[in-house]
This record gives sequence, C-alpha cells and structure tokens, in this order.
Amino acid sequence: MFRNQYDTDVTTWSPAGRLFQVEYAMEAVKQGSAAIGLRSKTHVVLGCVNKANSELSSHQKKIFKVDDHIGVAIAGLTADGRVLSRYMRNECINYSFTYESPLPVGRLVVQLADKAQVCTQRSWKRPYGVGLLVAGLDESGAHLYYNCPSGNYFEYQAFAIGSRSQAAKTYLERRFENFTDSSRDDLVKDAITAIRETLQGETLKSSICTIAVVGVGEPFHVLDQGTVQQIIDTFEIAAEQEDPATEPDAATGQEAATEQGTAADQGGSTDEGAAPMDI
Amino acid sequence: MKPIGKHSLLGASGEISDFQEILRYLNELILYDNMWDDGNSLGPKEVHNYLTRVMYNRRNKFNPLWNSLVLGGVKNGNKYLGTVSMIGVTFEDNHVATRFGNHLARPILRQEWHENLSFEDGVKLLEKCMRVLLYRDRSAVNKLQIAKITEEGVTIHQPYSLKTYWEISTFENPAQGAIGSW
Repeated sequence: MFRNQYDTDVTTWSPAGRLFQVEYAMEAVKQGSAAIGLRSKTHVVLGCVNKANSELSSHQKKIFKVDDHIGVAIAGLTADGRVLSRYMRNECINYSFTYESPLPVGRLVVQLADKAQVCTQRSWKRPYGVGLLVAGLDESGAHLYYNCPSGNYFEYQAFAIGSRSQAAKTYLERRFENFTDSSRDDLVKDAITAIRETLQGETLKSSICTIAVVGVGEPFHVLDQGTVQQIIDTFEIAAEQEDPATEPDAATGQEAATEQGTAADQGGSTDEGAAPMDI
Repeated sequence: MKPIGKHSLLGASGEISDFQEILRYLNELILYDNMWDDGNSLGPKEVHNYLTRVMYNRRNKFNPLWNSLVLGGVKNGNKYLGTVSMIGVTFEDNHVATRFGNHLARPILRQEWHENLSFEDGVKLLEKCMRVLLYRDRSAVNKLQIAKITEEGVTIHQPYSLKTYWEISTFENPAQGAIGSW
C-alpha cells in the first residue's frame, strides 16, 4: 500500500472504487498486538497478547467486559477501543433497563457496525482504528463477531486479529471443526495454544496473555493469572510425558510388523493433536 | 385485548382511548423489532417491562395513561403473566387482575388455581370469577371474551354471555319496606 493522491480524505473515492483511509484504518488493526477468539456451542473464549510500553509500565487492557453475557477483545488503537466499549456498555445497560433482558449480541454488533460506518462517510471524522472481537451469549447460542473499522462485521467460529495473527489463524483453521462440540476447558487450552502461535518463539507465560470466557451459566469474566499459568503448566507436563512415551512406542514399532508401527504412530499423533507441541 | 408480536397478549381495563394509544406505541416497538430481521424477537417479559417504563414515566409527568394492563405470553416454553397499573406498579404472578378484580377475583384464584389447570378448567375458573364481578358491578353487562396464548400463537374467542340468576327473594318487590321508593 503506497501513498497516492486519493488517500487524504475518508470521503474521497479512488478511481478503483476504494476508500484508502478506511483501508489504512484496517492497517492500524494489523499493527496492534494479537487478539484471538473461538467459540463452541455453549462457550466463547477470548484471548490476547499483553503488550507493555516498556519494561517499567503495566500492559494495556485489551479485553473489556461489556455485560454479563458479552465481552470484547480489541486490537489497534486502544483509545478508540475504550470509547467503543463504553458505547457498547451503555447500549447494553439501556436495553437491560427497558426490557429486563440481555441485549442480543447480533443487535449490538449491528449498532456498532453502523456507528463505525458513520465515520467512513463524514469528512470531519476519521474511521475508528480498532478491530473488535465481540464474544457473547444469547437465546440463539454462543456467538463470536469481528467488527472492522470499515463498518463491516462477520460472524466467526474462530478468528485472530493483530500482529502475527496469521500463525494463530493457521492453527485455528486446522482445528476449528472440532470447536463446536469442545468442552469449555478444551476451548481455553486451544485459545492459549493459538496465542502461543503468535508469540513465535517467546516463552509462553501467564503474564504475557489474558484469557476471558463467557458461556452458558458462566458470566463473562477474565481468568486470573494463576489459573492461566496452571493450564500453561499442563502443556509443559504433557510435553515431558510425551518424549519418554514416544521412545518405547518407536522401539516396539521397529521390532514389530510395519502395521503395528503405523498404529503406534497414529496413536502418538492423536495424543499430540489434543495438546499440540512444537515438533 | 390484542395480540402483541408473536409471543404476547395484552388486555386492558380503563380508558379505551389510552389503551389505543398504548397499542400504537407497541405497534411501533414491534415494527422496529421486526425490522432487525435477525431471528431475535421481543418476548412477553420484554414487552411487559417496556410497558412498565412507559406507564411509570407518564405517572411521573402527572399525565398517566388511565389503564390497568395485563400482559401474558409464552416464549420458548416459558410462560409469563404480568400486570402494570396506571401508576406504574408492576408485578408477575400466576394469576393477575385489574382494579376490582384484585379484591373479588384474586381470592377465588388463590384458592382454586393450581399448576396443572387444563384450558377448559381455566375457562370455568375465570367464568366463576367474572360472574362474581359482574353481579357486583352496576354498569357491567354479562358478556365476556376469552383469549388464549400458547407457544403456537394467540386465539381470541368470540364474546359470549354468562347466565345470571336474579330471582333472589330480596329482589322481589323491592319497595316492600318503603312504599314510593325504588
């Protein structure tokens, strides 16, 4: 994407029919630190990578509770994200007050998208520079939506946004078919693993990621660091157990017939599928 | 009585013109709800609370809608019955009534209502309550109308008359004790 003469104003079309300012706003989302979301039939999990300005500062808050049944993870300009979360919280509270009922997620997302669209059609405004992963539960089940700065929104089974999110997306693409029937704990494990994919080599610690869950009978809440660290530790334990386990399997495979060996390999790989390790 | 949306039924007593105004508000509400076109719909609980807000707001402005409302409905198997008065007093219960019904009909309902009433038994119970009420209301006529709401939808039956009995001995020759009076 290079500078051209049609990109100064959000209200200027390019000859190719593009609004460059809106596309630049989507670039801002790609620069933010990663956020991922995945859902099953009954639960939605959001995760994000904590980015701190410097060693001395605390990390930015990227996951916001909007209501007991809705939460949002943001990537991009966090200030814009904060403002939009406040808007979402307001909408939820007003609906709850008038109707004594939780606001359906689909409607909140449309209201948010319409708000973002307004900013793409006013010359004195600029698009919001933040992508939002909205996770929520309503009568029709668990939902995960992605709201773009362009005013578009999509529903997803699993998605990742922000820098190095492609690695997480690849991991999620491999496994998303299993998510619908996943248990809540498996879903959280998958979320943490997806985050690890975006870290690309950095050690996975609970201080570097934040996980939040919402589900049937479980209001939206952020998991505390202790719980997250415990789950991360189970990954490490599984890795240690696998190494001694695969050796005797490989040994028996070599001694026995080829068919037995392939069966043992397949047994080993399904174990790895449950808690995939760097091979 | 009027059906509201897919899931609710609204009955009112009091000023009919105010009731018609409320129906206009609700029409607009349901219209906007349908315009979302997203598979979500306002259930009886939501409509009831919306009405509570409207009635209470008008009461605060010293310009009440002079109605007592009863709202019932079924959504996703959940049954709901609630009432709002003209000053915004609101509650839900298994049986509700407006105005004098609270004093005359609800004690009967408290005695005789139970969880597993069939439709026919329910109608008989309501007829019993309505008979008590119409005997004591100098400006009532013996016609009533039953409406039913289930998961499948609303049916409002045609009005029909209740049989009444006025041949009580005290009503014969009422001027007996005081000639020339009523």
